Amino acid sequence: MRIVFEKRQSVSRTIRVLVPVVSLVFALVFGAFLLILSGVNPFVAYAAMAEGAFGDVHALSETLVKAIPLMLTGLGVSIAFRMLFWNIGAEGQLAMGGLVATGVALYASNALPSWSVLPAAILLGMVAGALWAAIPAVLRAYLEVNETITTLMMNYIAILLVSHMYHGPWRDPGGYGFPGTARFPEVAWLPRLYDRAHAGLFFAIIAAAVLWFVLQRTKWGFELRIMGENPTAARYIGINIERQIIVAMLVSGGLAGLAGVCEVTGVMRRLQQGLTVGYGYTAIIVAWMSQLNPWGVLLVGFLLAGLLVGGDQIQMAMGLPAAMGLVLQGALLFPMLGGALFTEYKLRFVHASPEDAVLPRESLPKESES
Amino acid sequence: MNLSLISSILTITLRAGTSLLYATIGEIYAERSGILNLGVEGMMMMGAVSAFAVAYHTGSLALAVLTALLVGAVMALIHAFLSVSLRANQVVSGLTLTLFGTGLASFLGQRLGPDGSRLVGLVGPSLERLPIPVLSVLPIVGDSFFNQDVLTYGLYLCVPLAAWYLYKTRAGLYMRAVGENPQTADAMGIRVGWNRYLYTMLGGALAGLGGAHLSLAYTRGWTENITGGRGWIAVALVIFAMWDPLRAVIGAALFGGINAVQFRMQAAGTTIPAALLNMLPYIATIIVLVVITWWETLRKRVGAPAALGVPYAREEKG
Repeated sequence: MRIVFEKRQSVSRTIRVLVPVVSLVFALVFGAFLLILSGVNPFVAYAAMAEGAFGDVHALSETLVKAIPLMLTGLGVSIAFRMLFWNIGAEGQLAMGGLVATGVALYASNALPSWSVLPAAILLGMVAGALWAAIPAVLRAYLEVNETITTLMMNYIAILLVSHMYHGPWRDPGGYGFPGTARFPEVAWLPRLYDRAHAGLFFAIIAAAVLWFVLQRTKWGFELRIMGENPTAARYIGINIERQIIVAMLVSGGLAGLAGVCEVTGVMRRLQQGLTVGYGYTAIIVAWMSQLNPWGVLLVGFLLAGLLVGGDQIQMAMGLPAAMGLVLQGALLFPMLGGALFTEYKLRFVHASPEDAVLPRESLPKESES
Repeated sequence: MNLSLISSILTITLRAGTSLLYATIGEIYAERSGILNLGVEGMMMMGAVSAFAVAYHTGSLALAVLTALLVGAVMALIHAFLSVSLRANQVVSGLTLTLFGTGLASFLGQRLGPDGSRLVGLVGPSLERLPIPVLSVLPIVGDSFFNQDVLTYGLYLCVPLAAWYLYKTRAGLYMRAVGENPQTADAMGIRVGWNRYLYTMLGGALAGLGGAHLSLAYTRGWTENITGGRGWIAVALVIFAMWDPLRAVIGAALFGGINAVQFRMQAAGTTIPAALLNMLPYIATIIVLVVITWWETLRKRVGAPAALGVPYAREEKG
């Protein structure tokens, strides 16, 4: 007897709802197991995490600080994923956005009229992220180079470049040797809403609304969806795939770049270590869990940010490792990834049948090499 | 350049490259069978933390190495189960594995010390350098190649073995067939899923071993972020090496060598930015990837696994 997957007639809605719920339960149970092993009451720890992430206005603002870059990069990544372009380069695109915004804030503040410094930093930072994303896009569109690896490599190049700039040429001369640039002039500060939560939140909401509209209501969005759902058909009905890839990646990189701009102008107000802390990678999880829905990205980004902040909180309050947040994210995503299959397939037990045809072994691919 | 300088650069290259090469060879196995596992970084982390914890508590280095192999394989099993049996997206699954492994290793690193304390900063038994008689006194290569720890010597066996297995054995041929064209392989009676499970887990075991080398020999102890992105470099190296174990040696030497040269340059007080030097391997990887993609004859000759990252399912009914 063996187990086979049988395609369902239609996507099961029940399972679609059930998968995230079961995943959440699984993650919490797994986390509880770890917490018990550490000699901590899991209920107390989870309550402390929730309290630390969502308990009061200050906690919420810290969660928003982490949620904003996750939302922006998550929106960017989901656009690329829509057309099955595996952009795992949001981290590098974010870094380049932050880098260029820093350049504007530090070196163009005196040359530009003061009202225009922040808009210039935002605009140029987005352009930087977009152009960084354009390189793998062009390589994929015209040379069919695998984008997973190129976007990943571009991350490292960007991160090294950023670190080089604040360790070397852009290091604050008055910074007592600490790596990091000087504080930005006030004209380059992104306004804050409460505590450290900043106006980047509005960018994320506006971006989600625009993307939702574009995806649902425009020809461009329609073509993007077709490319993801049926790449062969996309080619047949005459979609310009090359142009589509490049435009979508410019948008994707631009959003990640904007996240970087917000980090340096809204949170750190200088460029230093801590710009690239993995938001671009978590963004992939955000995009995946939200099933590429822009509004879903905002929600999931906020919740995952809560996990991260909650992890920090239990470290401070209970001496538990902050890595708990990361562990829970992983434990949450594994069952979600696996469960996706069951929305389209169901399990069936069958008895082994003779139709597992066997061909002669002579036709093995022969490729010998040094 | 004098001879002792060359010798010392070689020594550092080899020491820095050992963990990298194990992980790379492991990922070559996985990718040749058609499974892209981006979880190398996470598996190395788990290998490093578990090896050090076991070495610290039991004092047995053999047991530590064994644990790392096992832990790496179990981590990879998660990825294999998701991507082979449940046909999940391999990019996302691998990334999650890295995230999960990094997080869990960091968590365990704060809990596995004596009485649930931190492992950070503890000193445990470590793999010492074992000079091989006669060979180790050879000029230039003696000290660098024949005065290393056991795991580095293990590479001298592991790399040729991988090359032989891949190209000269029937099992290696099946592995490549599964990564190249699973439909045909399946039709010929090769068990696609079983092969993919096997090599993904072997890859994980080797990544765990690479991690063990870091915490037992290279860094000697557990620190947060001990792998420092080596898992990702390994993923890049597989492409750079075009899925070939012997070419992986060149790649690992290049990455490890850049580390070593940098060490030396900092000591000599030069001002060439280290960051620019560090970027070279990543840029080189992109160039290699562009060339092999664009130049189809070469791609066919090197045997890039055509079904890499594509889940395999027999045609379903209904």
